[in-house]
Parts: sequence; structure tokens; C-alpha cells
Amino acid sequence: MKSFNEVFEAYNWDDTKASIYNKTAADVERALRNKQRDLEDFKALISPAGLPYLEDMAQISQRLTLDRFGRVIQMYIPLYLSNECNNICTYCGFSYDNKVRRRTLNPMEIMQEVAVIKGMGYDHVLLVTGEANQSVHTDYFKKVLNLISPHFAHISMEVQPLDVADYETLIPHGLNTVLVYQETYHQDDYRKHHPKGKKSNFLYRLETPDRLGQAGIHKMGLGVLIGLEDWRTDSFFTALHLSYLEKQYWQSKFSISFPRLRPFSGGLEPKVVMNDKELVQLICAYRLFNSEVELSISTRETVAFRNQVIKLGITAISAGSKTNPGGYQVEPQSLEQFEISDERSAQEIAAMIRKQGYEPIWKDWDMSLIQKSC
Amino acid sequence: MLTIADQTFSSRLFTGTGKFSSAKEMESALIASASELVTVALKRVDLKGKDDDILHHLKYPHINLLPNTSGVRNAKEAVFAAQLAREALETNWIKLEIHPDPKYLMPDPIETLKATEELVKLGFVVLPYIHADPVLCKRLEDVGTAAVMPLGSPIGSNKGLRTIDFLEIIISQSRVPVIIDAGIGAPSDAAKAMEIGADAVLVNTAIAIAENPTHMAIAFKMAVEAGRMAFESKLGAQTHYAAASSPLTAFLDEEF
Repeated sequence: MKSFNEVFEAYNWDDTKASIYNKTAADVERALRNKQRDLEDFKALISPAGLPYLEDMAQISQRLTLDRFGRVIQMYIPLYLSNECNNICTYCGFSYDNKVRRRTLNPMEIMQEVAVIKGMGYDHVLLVTGEANQSVHTDYFKKVLNLISPHFAHISMEVQPLDVADYETLIPHGLNTVLVYQETYHQDDYRKHHPKGKKSNFLYRLETPDRLGQAGIHKMGLGVLIGLEDWRTDSFFTALHLSYLEKQYWQSKFSISFPRLRPFSGGLEPKVVMNDKELVQLICAYRLFNSEVELSISTRETVAFRNQVIKLGITAISAGSKTNPGGYQVEPQSLEQFEISDERSAQEIAAMIRKQGYEPIWKDWDMSLIQKSC
Repeated sequence: MLTIADQTFSSRLFTGTGKFSSAKEMESALIASASELVTVALKRVDLKGKDDDILHHLKYPHINLLPNTSGVRNAKEAVFAAQLAREALETNWIKLEIHPDPKYLMPDPIETLKATEELVKLGFVVLPYIHADPVLCKRLEDVGTAAVMPLGSPIGSNKGLRTIDFLEIIISQSRVPVIIDAGIGAPSDAAKAMEIGADAVLVNTAIAIAENPTHMAIAFKMAVEAGRMAFESKLGAQTHYAAASSPLTAFLDEEF
């Protein structure tokens, strides 16, 4: 079976980076004019030469997003099931070497959290865990899906990478979407930030979207952790990954997130800082490159930024989020994975979205559309 | 009057409910459009709750709901979704949409034909969304489709009637109503569709994302009426050349 690694191997980080930084104003103008934009156009749009064209990019991005998605923003919320983790990740609050109390929610606790989330109005939940295969495994996920699928229209997961057979097991139990962020496509840097645990296997992570595609997942989410490495080069590889996956797994949908490294207690300082202007540049560049991909923004970003950016190409937003297991009800004081910047409630965000002339969408999927295996 | 299955319609403009900035905006536009058949994505409505926001704004005696199966990827899923819609929305009408490709939302002809056959047997009034494929239309007629809904151009693209040559063939040989479904971006596209003899058009994106959806809905209503009236009044044929002053065959009338 062909995998993305075969495509990826043909690229060299430094050459790619240089080709992005060498893009000129003429390259950007050509990219703006083109009707169909390719990866070279994407490079130009994310390059430093693209920054002066931000307003033009934003105008096109807004138009393309309206045409495709309409005046709507999807609402979702994370539900942290566990902070147990066998990996050391230098940037993460749940890292194995971080001295925090570990807990994995049991069915009763999960339902307490679900009740709070449902009370906020949500119908789309994102399940999040660390990587602890001894307790948080496919069987656990299956049980959780069976437990909560009667209560949600759409269930997404952001957990450790699994095998094709695991995904095939979970999909009929109500799994619609899987997010798996590469963190960085820079192999040496990846090794440096993931020194221990199963996650240190770069290739296994890189090929996870292939396994998801083979399992027939409805939607998969890609992204890098912005701040670990040069964000332009990392974003180029994300776009490359996206174009490969779209052609290879033509029945799957795709979404992209752009988490910027946030501080946690005793955490890692970003190696590269991306400012707000550059994040807008990246969001618009993704939209100009691909008018169908979903673009999602989390509570990592500030109030002021989130208010403005929803009109520029974003299609999904989370609100009222807690990033600790039990954070909504069971144990609100436990350690968060990362700090939230936007503390507004789901209803406050929904009101903000309406005020801007958009409709917050709580339900855009139905469990009945997933074929049950039984 | 347009008749599909056992239902008559005085408006030939069908509409959709997606992409609007609010349910109220949608309601206002759809009322202004005078549309009597409104499609609703099954995945967007709350099938369990009784007070769904979208449905709540569509409670008018003249509005018939047309649930659609958007999101399914094959015939089996579509049949299951249709049954669910029938139960929840109390209608046996179904807009069959099977587009396994989420990028361009291209309809799968093979699964669509299979599902239509199955759903007709189960007593549904089936309106399938399809490519502008004349042979597929005939095959769908053979299995009992209530209408066909060929696309004018890719859905949501606002590109107009790019498939016009095939639409004309479909219209000329169809035994069931032809509703042009996707890609109608401007009232002039809708008028054109009606002028070539389509029985109805379905418009969603162009109305929903207009700066003023209600006015755009009225513009489409007028365009559909104008186009239909022009069709019924028999348009003059287009010609690219003037009538020759010295006809080539005049010699046949001359005495030799």
C-alpha cells in the first residue's frame, strides 16, 4: 500500500524552506490571480513576500468560504477522557515526566461531563486522551463510544494513533472524525521533542492519516504545533499531506487546525513565534489553496482574535472548553493540558457569531448516517 | 401547474435551507420566494427533539418539506436515512443525494440508481440528484423515479448551466419532471433553465449567501416565472445568419 512517506521522502526540509523564503511579490500576485492554486502558489501565499497582500488574501478567502460553507460556523467542544500518558513530549502538560495526578474517567464520570456539555447546547464532541495503551485502548474507546453516541450527533477523537483494524472497529460505533497532528514534519526536531514513548516513532505518526483513509473514516484533521519549527515550512508539508490524502482517499473530508504553542506550568518556550498577522496569512493561504477544507480555531486564541477571524475563512470553533479530564464537573481543579485564552461560554460565543451575521451550527451530522456493522 | 407524483405546485422554484446566516433570515427568504418545496438536510435537523430550529421556521401550509440524504456514501446508507426521514418528518418524499466525494459533491450514478429502485419499492417518492446524464435519466425512469434532478454545474459553484447541451437532451426525452438542481448562481441562469423547458429549478446557495437573501429570493421567483412564460409562449429560434437575399435554391423555381 502506498503511503504519504513515499511522497514526503522526495522533499528536503532546507531546500523547501529556502524556496518558500525566496518567493517574490510577482509569485504572490500570480497566486492571487490563479483560479486553481497549486503547492507553489501556496508557498508564495505563506511566504514573507505574501504579507503585504494580506487584505487581498482575506477578501478572496472570505468569498471562497461563503460560497462553499455559507454564513455558518460549526460548534464543537473537547471532552478530555484521560491524562495518562507514556510519552514524553517537551511541550505538553500531560508529558510522562510531568508530576501530575493521572486519571482516566470511568463511565459514570464521563456521563457527568456529558451532562454539562449537553447543557451548553453541544451536539459535536471531540474526545481527547494522552497515550496510555495499558488502560486507554481500543476497547476503552469502544465502550466510551457506545456510552455517549446516543447523546451526540457527531463524535470526533484526538487520541494516540491506532492501527487500521482499530479504526475499522471504532467507526461503526459512532466515530466520525479523527484528528492527528504531526506536531512537526522536521524529523530531527520531532525526535528532540518526543524523546520517549510510542510517539517517538515519526513514521508511524506520519502514516496515521493513510491508515484512517484505508479504514474509510469520514473526516480527518491535520495540523502542526506552531512554534516547534519554522511554521511556513511545516505548513507547506501540511498542505502537501492534504493534497496527497485528498487524491488517495477521495471519500474522506479534511480539516486543518493551527494550534500555537501555549504556555503550561513549567512549559517550553516556542522556538519560533508566529504573530497574529501571520496566523491570518496562514488561514487565508489554506483557504485560497483549498476551498473545501474545514479550518478550525480553538480556545488557545484570544477573544479579540477569535472575534475577528471567524469571517476570514474559519469554519469551526470550540468554546467553553476545559483541557483537563473531569474539567467540566468531576474535577475542575485538575491540571490543564494547556491554558485557555478565550474563557467565554458557548452561548456567549454563539451570540458573538450571530452578531457578526453568521449562524452557529450545533448539529451537522447524524449518527444514523453511519452504517452500523451489526 | 407542475405535478410531481400526486402533488401539484404553482411555484416552479424549489429552495434549500443551508448556508443562511440565521433561521429567521432563511424563513424570510423562503417565504418571499413563494417556494412550495423546500429541501432540508437530514443531518442538520434534530430528529429526536420535537422543536428543531430549522423545522420550526418552516411551518407554513404551503411549504412541503423535502428531506435530503446529504452525507450518505452509498445506496444502503441512503435507504436507511430515507426511512429515518420518513418516520421523523412524516413525508414519503425524499431527495436522494449520494455523493461519496466530499470535495466536489459529485453524485454517484451507480449507487443512486440502486437506491432509487429500492426506495420506489418501499413506497417513496424519489427525486434523485444526478449528473446531467441522459441515459441515467432513462434508467431512473425505468425504475420508477418521480422526477430527475440533473446538475447545471458543480453544486454551490454558482457557475450556471455548464451542462446545457445534456440538459436539453434530458428535457427533450424525459417522461418525468426535470428539475435543474445545482450550480444556478444568478436569476438569469434560472430564467435560462426555464426557457429551455426545465420543469423547475432548485436554488439554495445563490439565495442564502446573497447580501440580501430575501430580495434575491424575489429576484429568483420573478426569473423563474419569466423563463417559464417565455418557454410556454414559444421563443423564436436563434439564428447566426440573416436570410439570404439570393437563396441558393431559387434556381429550382426558375424556368430553364
